[in-house]
Amino acid sequence: MRLNKYTLTQHASGFLINVFLIIVSLTCVFPLLWMFGSSLKTQSTIFSDMSIIPGAMHWENFYLAWTKGGFGVYFLNSLFYTTIVVFGIVMVSSLAAYAFSRMNFPGKNLLFFMFLAAMMIPLPGSFVPLYVLVNNVRNVLLNAMAASTPFLLKVLPENFVYGTTSFIESQFYPRTAYILCMINVGLSFSIYMLKTFFDRMPKELEDAARIDGCSRLGIWRHVALPLAKPAIAVIIIYNALNVWNEYILANLILSSKNLMPLQRGLMVFQGEHITQYPLLMAGMTITVVPILIIYLVMQRFIIKGITAGAVVG
Amino acid sequence: MGFHLAEKIKQCYNALHNATPKQKVAGTVLLLAALETVFLFFHDSVVFWILAYGLVTLALIFLVLANIIKKSLAAFLFVVPALAIFSIFYIYPFFKVLQLSQHAWDGISPKMVFVGLSNFVEIMKDKIWWVSMRNAGYITFIALTFQNALALALALACDRQIRAKNFYRVIFFIPPVLSEVVVGLIWRWIYDGDYGFLNYTLNLLGLHQLTHNWLSDPNTALTCVAIIHSWKGFGWGFMILLAGLQTIPKELYEAARVDGANVWQSFKNVTIPLMIPVFVLVMILTILGSMQAFVLILSMTGGGPGYHTEVPVTRILASMQGSSMFGYACAQGLTFGVILMMVSFAQMGISRKLKQA
Repeated sequence: MRLNKYTLTQHASGFLINVFLIIVSLTCVFPLLWMFGSSLKTQSTIFSDMSIIPGAMHWENFYLAWTKGGFGVYFLNSLFYTTIVVFGIVMVSSLAAYAFSRMNFPGKNLLFFMFLAAMMIPLPGSFVPLYVLVNNVRNVLLNAMAASTPFLLKVLPENFVYGTTSFIESQFYPRTAYILCMINVGLSFSIYMLKTFFDRMPKELEDAARIDGCSRLGIWRHVALPLAKPAIAVIIIYNALNVWNEYILANLILSSKNLMPLQRGLMVFQGEHITQYPLLMAGMTITVVPILIIYLVMQRFIIKGITAGAVVG
Repeated sequence: MGFHLAEKIKQCYNALHNATPKQKVAGTVLLLAALETVFLFFHDSVVFWILAYGLVTLALIFLVLANIIKKSLAAFLFVVPALAIFSIFYIYPFFKVLQLSQHAWDGISPKMVFVGLSNFVEIMKDKIWWVSMRNAGYITFIALTFQNALALALALACDRQIRAKNFYRVIFFIPPVLSEVVVGLIWRWIYDGDYGFLNYTLNLLGLHQLTHNWLSDPNTALTCVAIIHSWKGFGWGFMILLAGLQTIPKELYEAARVDGANVWQSFKNVTIPLMIPVFVLVMILTILGSMQAFVLILSMTGGGPGYHTEVPVTRILASMQGSSMFGYACAQGLTFGVILMMVSFAQMGISRKLKQA
């Protein structure tokens, strides 16, 4: 290895570049470490103890956050919404994308263009009419239930009627409204992704299935979906991330604590009179860890999905 | 009789298909005017919408009976779930905004008051609204410069290194994967004036005079928010720029080096011209994303000292939740949406000129 001006500048610049990359990586990772370290301190030491990992590690903060802080309920809610919304999006968007890609019907191009336009046109403040819609339908539902209760009381036992109406009002309706709203949020992108994937899929397998007498729905279920696994994986991850991290619609639609997902629960916990910082940090760790685990496991998929879209589009 | 009607519908469909652009524009304008008048007479009654959907369903059933859609009924059934959800949660709110923005309503009383365009006049006079627009513009400016310059530098740095590239890709994409609530709360804690890690480090380094109440000082709050927004966002730009850089064939760089170009010259003459489409894409994504950022602000400052970190979407939320002026909130949303569309179109025009050059 010759030591001349050229190799020296190469080595120096290479070293500086590495230092630069490492510094930026540290800024990406440090806040998470700080959050985790803070969650192991106590309320009295968290304002003075500035070590990243404290000497005395209070693991019970996680248990306290899960039970007293309510983060257990929030976590289960987030899990509930994420799985149901992702399942719903995969079903609905793969059906529609398959139809847009492989079937012909009047208005097909117009409808697909509508979905594309929805992706590209920004609708700031769209939560306002959604909130109005959810409330209006809720009022209609409440009126309908109130009007029908006298009739139902004559036929069914009293506890059952009141129990069901209060269940519908406090649990079933808000959850369903939120789930449907979130399905809509991810719909355009998912349909677009799946349609472009189905377009590139070879037709021979479908033709073979058709000759074997498979119905359209059967082809969708047995041929198209299994072949689309990579695209569906991207859609699952993308939408799961969006639902888990979503805040504003949960803020507006889900107003009682036992319905809230994690992000909303964090803001509620943070807004209480004297914020219990270690418990808040523990709650944030509970929110972040599942995302980090899934991200680190699936990162090859995620990155491939993003770069594919970026380079083509 | 049904057959003649079907024929007429087919003729209308063909006419629509073959209309000239002028006719299409005129038709759309007329359709919108008709919708406007309908909205003025039917307020927010859910019964109206149930009737509307019922009518559309009946029309579809009739068309099926008239043999038009019967062949593609299966295809329609595939699309119906997506269409139903989309029309309820996207199309209806789209038109609802058009309706509400011309009324004054507090969200509770059963009647809305038609006020025409006075909501929009109010917006023009609303000082806080324009302060929020300026703040969003500032955040976008920082994102376009600081965030994207950082993303480009990192992408260029990672373009060479083969081994560690995947490691850095994973690390740099961690901030975008986190939720804005979590990011806002963590950095709020780090920026805290009394107990935050930032001031602690500054004191440790002996830079006492630099310590601030970062998020409560009107001079620094917005910049801090903009920096954290960039911190959360640079991963996206990095990913897209790196993907773009990797599509440039290595032979071009080698040819440039053979011709005697140094690093800066090969960057200027090889990298930049080939990366212009990617730059345009990143720019438009950055602008649209940064102008609409708001959950990060809610969790970091809640709007800031005074109105110093308000952005348009937080103003819309405040009009709705704080002041209960639903009509005004919708008017704000509509105005902001139109402004964003104009920015997009302007950017597309500029990018087309750049691509031709």
